[in-house]
Amino acid sequence: MSVDRDTVRRIARLARIRVEEDELEPLAGELSSILGWIEQLGEVDTSSIPPMTSVEDMEMKKRPDVVSDGDCVEDILANAPEREGNFFAVPKVVE
Amino acid sequence: MSDLTKLSLAEARDALRRREISAVELTEAYLDAMAAGKALGAYVAETPDKALDMAAESDRRLSSGQPRPLEGLPIGVKDLYATRGIHTQACSRILDGFRPPYESTVTANLWEDGAVMLGKLNMDEFAMGSSNETSCYGNVVNPWRASGSGDPLTPGGSSGGSAAAVAARMCAAATASDTGGSIRQPAAFTGTVGLKPTYGRCSRWGMVAFASSLDQAGPITRTVRDAAIMLASMAGHDEKDTTSANVPVPDFEAALGGDLEGLRVGIPREYRADGMPAEIDELWQRAAGWLEERGAEVMEVSLPHTKYALPAYYIIAPAEASSNLARYDGVRYGLRVAGDSIDEMYENTRAAGFGAEVRRRVLIGTYVLSAGYYDAYYLKAQKVRALIKRDFDEAFGQVDLLLTPATPSPAFPLGSMSGDPLQMYLNDIFTVTVNMAGLPGISVPAGFSSDGLPLGMQLIGKPFDEATMLKAAAHIEEAAALDLEPAPWWKELS
Repeated sequence: MSVDRDTVRRIARLARIRVEEDELEPLAGELSSILGWIEQLGEVDTSSIPPMTSVEDMEMKKRPDVVSDGDCVEDILANAPEREGNFFAVPKVVE
Repeated sequence: MSDLTKLSLAEARDALRRREISAVELTEAYLDAMAAGKALGAYVAETPDKALDMAAESDRRLSSGQPRPLEGLPIGVKDLYATRGIHTQACSRILDGFRPPYESTVTANLWEDGAVMLGKLNMDEFAMGSSNETSCYGNVVNPWRASGSGDPLTPGGSSGGSAAAVAARMCAAATASDTGGSIRQPAAFTGTVGLKPTYGRCSRWGMVAFASSLDQAGPITRTVRDAAIMLASMAGHDEKDTTSANVPVPDFEAALGGDLEGLRVGIPREYRADGMPAEIDELWQRAAGWLEERGAEVMEVSLPHTKYALPAYYIIAPAEASSNLARYDGVRYGLRVAGDSIDEMYENTRAAGFGAEVRRRVLIGTYVLSAGYYDAYYLKAQKVRALIKRDFDEAFGQVDLLLTPATPSPAFPLGSMSGDPLQMYLNDIFTVTVNMAGLPGISVPAGFSSDGLPLGMQLIGKPFDEATMLKAAAHIEEAAALDLEPAPWWKELS
């Protein structure tokens, strides 16, 4: 599978990573060579194989639905790049 | 006693309990070694005050005759374990300034057992790399050099700081983590022991996530016995990690010793890779011979889907990484780079915060998970993964352990592969299958290359049977009888 500039631009947008115009071409080349190498999986017949969901057969653990933690606003906000009162602050999203 | 850093973890533990040395003396010896070892770049944050406080508390407990299992033993911590109030960045710029308000379960277990924290260890950014060259702090240098050469070699990755610090006697043992080989490959490159436990053996809570279905915590140590001691403290069930296994943690150290009578060891024929250096193939046969001499029965087995493990891994790991790394958005912690809109802020932050390899993997992961490609890539890879697991299940019907080389080469020069991502990925060819199947694996030093660099052998065990693996690894260690202390050239540079 060959990846072109437009595809790199599209997935970079999906991944929310800004990529400069002059980086699109080299990235397209790198991704194409990695995806090309991955193509060899096509040789494996998996038509009757269910996909793996867990390496060990383990029953999903469930914990009681009770509050076990909390009341630590300062801890949660301690690393915030920007805060206002007890909130994380971000650029304006609604006019 | 002259240089306390020469003691293994087990020897230091025993000397502390006999009160021949104090925990503060031992910690000071390591702090001196760290100060003299800065040229290696192994530590990204040092915590000497905390270390000395913890050591003083250990001395009180030792004198009251109630030492905990790791009482007073100085340990280095890979930078991806959250340590309360202390530098935790997984060596990424995007976590600039992050100080977690919580402690990872694995490190909490170690402190609970009396270990002393020396600092945080360098690693590839978000554990994505095989040479420690993707760290935002720059690479680590391997304490080993090829005979007659001063060229700097990679310590391997991603746990390059952990491996180098253990090899250079700058900590008694270290925590590390392994998603595709990140414990075992650096251990093999530095003449140390690297243990990747069964998936679920150690809690992942508080570890910076890379690929959640593959990540597992484990130790890097100087000896197999030390690995057994570390694992016993690191392991255990944790309510906070749903994939943590609720199984008993055996006394791994007590499992060491005795011969290997009745043990069946498989040699997977598909691991005889094209172009494998003759010296690695010879060492492999020699190691099989050592196990046979000690009572094991060695036989060839087949793992037919081996060659597909690495390409399947390079779908699954980036896919999970792209999802896990979505949390780095400049809002709640770490780096923020301003933008006119919130989307622009996200994009600017992530462009500035992620290095080239992390960006490459997030883009691949985003691509394979994007609309229309999920079945062709991710689902296909998970089916291949089921076949890889089935290969192992069938092999373990015939044998108890598998023996393979740990890496396809000894440590390579820094810079020699960083321009070619695919070539770099092939470093994990012998280790990645183990993560795909969730099995335990250990790399143990078994010999030297013709130019004097350490080479490791890998043993792969059945799920939750680390004990048998450790026992056999100790036999390889004993039979090899190597001098694994590199000449301390770095002390002249610091």
